[in-house]
Amino acid sequence: MIRFMKYIWVYVFISSLVLIPGVYSLVKNGVKPSVDFTGGSIVEVKTQVPIEKSAIDEVVKDQKVPVISIQKQDKGAYLFRMGQVSEEQISKFIAALKIKSGGSSIDILRNDTIGPILGSELLFKSIVAAIFAVIAILLYVAYAFKDIKSGVAAVLALIHDVLVVFGSFSLFGYFFGIEVDTLFMTAFLTTMSFSVHDTIVIFDRIREYRKRSPNAPFADVIDVALTETMGRSLVNSFTIIFMLLALVLIGGETVRFFAVALLIGTITGTYSSPFVATPILLLWNKLEEKKKKH
Amino acid sequence: MKQTKKVFSILVILAIILIIFDLPTPPAIDTTILGVHIKKDFKTRLGLDLAGGTQLTLEADMAKIPQADRKDSLESAKQVIERRVNFFGVSEPVIQSAVSGELHRIIVELPGVTNTDEAIALVGQTAQLEFREHAKEPVATESGFVIPTIDNTISVEITGRDLKKSSLQFNSQTGEPEVGIQFTPDGAKKFADVTKRLIGKRLAIFLDNVVVTDPTVNTEIADGQAVITGSFTVDAAKQLAIQLNAGALPVPVKIVEKRTIGATLGADSVTKSVRAGIIGLGLVAAFMVVQYGWLGFLADIALLMYGLITLFLYRFIPVTLTLPGIAGFILSIGMAVDSNILIFSRYKEERRRGKPWQIAMELGFGKAWESIRDANFTTIITSIILFNPGNWSFLPTSGLVRGFAATLFLGVVTSLFTGIVVTRTLIRMFYRGAKQ
Repeated sequence: MIRFMKYIWVYVFISSLVLIPGVYSLVKNGVKPSVDFTGGSIVEVKTQVPIEKSAIDEVVKDQKVPVISIQKQDKGAYLFRMGQVSEEQISKFIAALKIKSGGSSIDILRNDTIGPILGSELLFKSIVAAIFAVIAILLYVAYAFKDIKSGVAAVLALIHDVLVVFGSFSLFGYFFGIEVDTLFMTAFLTTMSFSVHDTIVIFDRIREYRKRSPNAPFADVIDVALTETMGRSLVNSFTIIFMLLALVLIGGETVRFFAVALLIGTITGTYSSPFVATPILLLWNKLEEKKKKH
Repeated sequence: MKQTKKVFSILVILAIILIIFDLPTPPAIDTTILGVHIKKDFKTRLGLDLAGGTQLTLEADMAKIPQADRKDSLESAKQVIERRVNFFGVSEPVIQSAVSGELHRIIVELPGVTNTDEAIALVGQTAQLEFREHAKEPVATESGFVIPTIDNTISVEITGRDLKKSSLQFNSQTGEPEVGIQFTPDGAKKFADVTKRLIGKRLAIFLDNVVVTDPTVNTEIADGQAVITGSFTVDAAKQLAIQLNAGALPVPVKIVEKRTIGATLGADSVTKSVRAGIIGLGLVAAFMVVQYGWLGFLADIALLMYGLITLFLYRFIPVTLTLPGIAGFILSIGMAVDSNILIFSRYKEERRRGKPWQIAMELGFGKAWESIRDANFTTIITSIILFNPGNWSFLPTSGLVRGFAATLFLGVVTSLFTGIVVTRTLIRMFYRGAKQ
């Protein structure tokens, strides 16, 4: 048996090390919304002389236009979805394309300002749904473990994980310009359910040992439970981390930061179950016992 | 053992059927069984990013809208269209407003929509519902001949805004499809007043300024329920219900363009993700064998079954697969072995306590079950709330969130089946307790 609960201050330290800069940045800078949230421009051009896709990619890179996607249309036309750009940038971009196509004329079929894919209404509703899910989780955990404290502890660990993921992306946005898009939303929802999943496995073990030896000190029960579930937690997280590392390293540009968000979520989700949810449960119990004595 | 053999044969047959439907070119079903015509193909539905789809450009007629309100009107028109498209089914549409100078447009992109005309009809209808009374009550003898129009009727000030909900239902006597409507408390009060006043007279129901039905009011209707009958087909009644639920468009729109668009992502990014998935899968499989030996190998077979079932369900429902969807699927494979890991670590513990392997295995399954149940149940609750099956207006009805919730739900339920039923059967059939 490892005396996990002797080192609560270490866990508090590790969590604060990650949470404080992340939350500070989140409050101060927020996250960097992508075109999914802000809207941008949609430009469609048709060239007389067809241009290779690779040549177009080159122009996009050279001109530093925030192009989100390029869709090939019928008859040699291309549709560009862009972030927020000025008219000037667009005309420069088209001029550069013109050079690539050997100076032949380029028709601009469309140049519109577009609204967001994920508007504020949808964002708000998704958050409402997430809050409902959290309440439902709290109630279910409280019911399954016949103990409201377990429910609250599980949810606090979940909030810890969500803050870690958002905080990291706030820092990424500030330092590397990484944006938060619709994919990030799904990664955030996945983290939510993964976090609780892991916590329940540990709480289940604690429940079992408490039943078996009701008179043992709670800290001991927890230590036994953690020692025995630690192997499983690590094995399970490793399988997920293998998958995600493969996606981050070789999965290609489009899903890279989605995988990074999930990776952070998985790591903090695994960490928070024994080192956030469980200590909260222990401290709360101690507090109650103290009150009873007085 | 007899029981186990039976279950095992069923699983083998299931696997063969699944493999047939998961082939790159799956068979289509087009047959009549017991008088029910079944027509279904099992192709993978790919999203806009991977396969492109249909793009509709709608232009809003802002002539009657004051300059200052135009942006808001466009935004709310967009929301109404979004709701309509999302009621239509689980796919991942992209809907954006687009403004250039005086042109106010809405761009709707639908992945893999086969019936574009139906999509156009659904997206473009104004769906303004209005109740109107006859200006001059026709004399009984000629009642059948007076066709109500906007000119010979007067509005009773009950419109689509007074609706709480509408739904497709079937007439209990004739079996004809009809649209049931339920008024808001306010609307119900207005409706009660109007029906009380018009007992024995006619009250016409107009949709987009065209009369749909012209029933006679028999009694005062105070409970806020009404039905719109007409010679609807089932599809038409369903569409009308969807349109009324989603609300009327605040501005008239017309479709100015319809075209097919290409994929946003090259085949290259799909190849990369799939390759990453295969490598990751290989790692997970190898890891399980290293950790648990033969047991790990059996779990790997169950994992293969998980892949087969999930792909089949994606094709059957169908779930529109986008690149992030594929990434999510890959992730779910990593998570699907979780129940096996839980069971096997319990098994190892029991073995350490010196129990014979058969007993240790049954104990492993038994003891792990509670935590597997509780852990997965919370995920199921989360996915149901996000999916919003009741179409509640305060929760998202967007394809994006729904698509995620649907795949999450399928993943959890399938992994419960493969992790418990399939693995257990395989172990009972093939595992002989090897060395400690």
